[in-house]
Amino acid sequence: MQVTVNGQTHDIDADPQMPLLWALREVLNLTGTKYGCGIAQCGACTVHVDGMAVRSCQLRLGDLNGEVTTIEGLGQPQARHAVQAAWIDHQVAQCGYCQSGQVMSAAALLMLNASPTDQDIDRAMSGNLCRCATYPRIRAAVHDAARRLAGS
Amino acid sequence: MSRAGRIARRGFLIGSAAVLGGVAFGAWRYGRPLPDPFMGDLPQGQSALNPYVLIDGEGVTLIAPRADKGQGSRWMQAALIAEELDIDPATARIEAGPVSAAYYNTSVLGESLPFRPTDRGWLAEAARGAVDVPSRLLGFQITGGSSSAPDSFEKLRLAGAVARETLKQAAALREGLDCKDLSTADGAVILPDGRAIPYTQLATEAAQIDPIDQVVLRDKSQWRWLGRKMRRGDIVAKSTGTQIYGADLRLPDMLYASVRAVPQGGRITSLDSADAEQMRGVRRVLQIGEAVAVIAETSWHAMQALQAVDLQWAAPDTAGNQDQIWDSLTQALDQGDVDSRLRNDGDVEAALADGQPVTAEYRVPFLAHAPLEPMNATVRVDADRCEIWTGTQVPDFVVSHVADLTGLPQDAITLHNQMMGGSFGRRLELDFIMQAVRIAAEMPGQPIQMIWSRAEDFTHDQPRPAQIARGRGLADKTGIRALDLAVASPSVTASWFGRVWMAPPGPDNTITAGAWDQPFAIPDYRVTGHRAAETVPVSSWRSVGASANGFFHGSFMDELFDAAGIDPLQGLIDACDDRVSRLVLEELRELSGWTGRDLGPGRGRGVAFCLSFGVPCAEVVEVTETPQGIRLDRAFAVADIGTVLDPVNAEAQLSGGMLFGLGHAMNCELTYRDHMPQQTNYHAYQAMRLYQAPQVQVRLLENGPVRGLGEPGVPPAAPALANAIHAATGMRVRELPMTRQLRFA
Repeated sequence: MQVTVNGQTHDIDADPQMPLLWALREVLNLTGTKYGCGIAQCGACTVHVDGMAVRSCQLRLGDLNGEVTTIEGLGQPQARHAVQAAWIDHQVAQCGYCQSGQVMSAAALLMLNASPTDQDIDRAMSGNLCRCATYPRIRAAVHDAARRLAGS
Repeated sequence: MSRAGRIARRGFLIGSAAVLGGVAFGAWRYGRPLPDPFMGDLPQGQSALNPYVLIDGEGVTLIAPRADKGQGSRWMQAALIAEELDIDPATARIEAGPVSAAYYNTSVLGESLPFRPTDRGWLAEAARGAVDVPSRLLGFQITGGSSSAPDSFEKLRLAGAVARETLKQAAALREGLDCKDLSTADGAVILPDGRAIPYTQLATEAAQIDPIDQVVLRDKSQWRWLGRKMRRGDIVAKSTGTQIYGADLRLPDMLYASVRAVPQGGRITSLDSADAEQMRGVRRVLQIGEAVAVIAETSWHAMQALQAVDLQWAAPDTAGNQDQIWDSLTQALDQGDVDSRLRNDGDVEAALADGQPVTAEYRVPFLAHAPLEPMNATVRVDADRCEIWTGTQVPDFVVSHVADLTGLPQDAITLHNQMMGGSFGRRLELDFIMQAVRIAAEMPGQPIQMIWSRAEDFTHDQPRPAQIARGRGLADKTGIRALDLAVASPSVTASWFGRVWMAPPGPDNTITAGAWDQPFAIPDYRVTGHRAAETVPVSSWRSVGASANGFFHGSFMDELFDAAGIDPLQGLIDACDDRVSRLVLEELRELSGWTGRDLGPGRGRGVAFCLSFGVPCAEVVEVTETPQGIRLDRAFAVADIGTVLDPVNAEAQLSGGMLFGLGHAMNCELTYRDHMPQQTNYHAYQAMRLYQAPQVQVRLLENGPVRGLGEPGVPPAAPALANAIHAATGMRVRELPMTRQLRFA
């Protein structure tokens, strides 16, 4: 089976029933995408498929039809996406386990809506659970990322 | 006695010893020496400057022995050392360090003492000092009780200072100069002519001399890093998906496993795994204790196969349904057997007999920890050794229990403590780690990563116990005259200690923590703990006893103020008998713009205060009644932690703690049926989500002793919200979660 992740095409030998999440984490060893709930309730596994935010725990490999971008493909520690840069400057993360998914949801939101309101952010990001409740900094960082993207 | 002298007497890290190719400072010369974790175990050419600082040719490593569950305490600990060592913490390596009794925690047991945290009298201080002894005997290397900051504050700065002065002395000897003419900056000793000798070049020479153990800690006015905005060392990794948590560890040829256990206390009566064994990707199906485990090529294969196992079990002979559990709590209150009565001022019974008391009964539910990273451990067991990678708050207990289980000596067990994707107290438990060791022991030499499904996590937590409290009280225009609070709860302390070591005798002060120890002068004032039977195993949940008692005490005070027509914030200020706490309340009044609980039609605000883990914390919540339900508009919190070591993280902990408390108060409960929680995932346990999170403002004060802030933001949140709802709607919410009675927008 062929999957394209972060611009690279991989031939993987995996059950088509396997959710994309586990193929990323345990076949391709891309561990930035997290397992939190397995039922699309926490958002920690959020990736982009052709630019749209998708819960990878609910997308079976056999149903995958598009190019996957994970947190590792969005940006790198030395080459950060605007959302990651804002997340760093606002020091959003506490335990950080949900933040890959938060960043991916925020990046997808900003592709559709360049200057979201608080209400837009709430709507787009309430599927991403943060048990540490970093929400005030998430809101601030999304606004900041929007400004960075507008300025770039 | 001087500060240095007192610290030395406690057996802190003064002293030195030569080790392979270098030096170990802090060789525990005072009293009975504790084993130095680096003695004899250092690679050639590496020096250990006490157990908290390692210097070799490559650089400086700072050891932060308290685990980081996400609150950033690893960088706070490193900054404490770095501040005295004169090195930018961003340029040093920071490691958790090995499991060692040298890293015992003196602060965490202090919270169990029967002295109010605001009591700074000689008897209370003497008792706190004496706690040092049992914590040394136990060798507690525990992370919990918001203790990392107070436990580390002197120890780690002293470690940095001793290392710095000794490195200066080494430079002085090399250059033939007087130590007092030298200074230090940016990881180097600075000579009078301006030349800089990096610490890395002095490590070997520092090994040859007696350490300088008479040091004076710097005044905070001289601090370069502490108290200022610092960037957490993990913030880039956590924003780019490159932080490796326990569940992200990948070892060559590693297999994966998952587990399905019967309810805690139950026994397996039959197990049919024939179908599971035939499934693709499955390597082994095992019974490990009262659980079935599948070892497979991926976690997904393991979890799939577990669903195909037919598992039958016999129930434990304890109460396993929620209504029975409520009955056991009611029974404890009705029977009235006293576990503790740490507050008993005046004569409550006589005072209440004199008037028409206000009465109320409150309930709080079981709460799951449910950190977002599911419980996991990676283990390799060989004939003569065992290696474990997991995130734990209790590394010593892990090693001793694994030694008991495997029959290996403790020094054959290596624990690599991993970055944790949250804990909230969950990682004080050993259950999942012991399962992983049992699984790995079945395939010697094979590294296996065991991870729980989220359903396994929800159904096999040791939750915060459900509790019931009854309040009776009297108030008049002068304030609260009488307050009697009776709390029924199983003992978290007995339950947890019973699992990890042995249950201690005597009362459990955590049953009334957050209620008996509040800084209020009420003429007739009594708080009683009644110990209920342990129906299901229970454990510490962020803020422990105060998570329930903050709600009971804070709600009931509000009811009494309301009955007497007193403004609740003014009432709290007037009743408060602790200066530091009163300043917190006054600051909150200013921050929140408090003018009373009324905010106009359908709106209201509430206030609550709780002193927990020595931290006075007060919060205000503002709500609006909307057609979609109650909306949380703004929330304010003020706390006093003595010295703000890391302002960015302190703000995050107070804000996060308050929102954590609000989310659980609104939306969360575990209810038991047939010994198992009925909530199996986040769809039934929403906690706080972004759309429900109010605007938050917090402020930190520095008038009291140094304290930690991981927990104290939680307890005032639930009562502040309940009191706000009363102000807006007239409805008293006495039972959590609030969604039992109302909706939130």
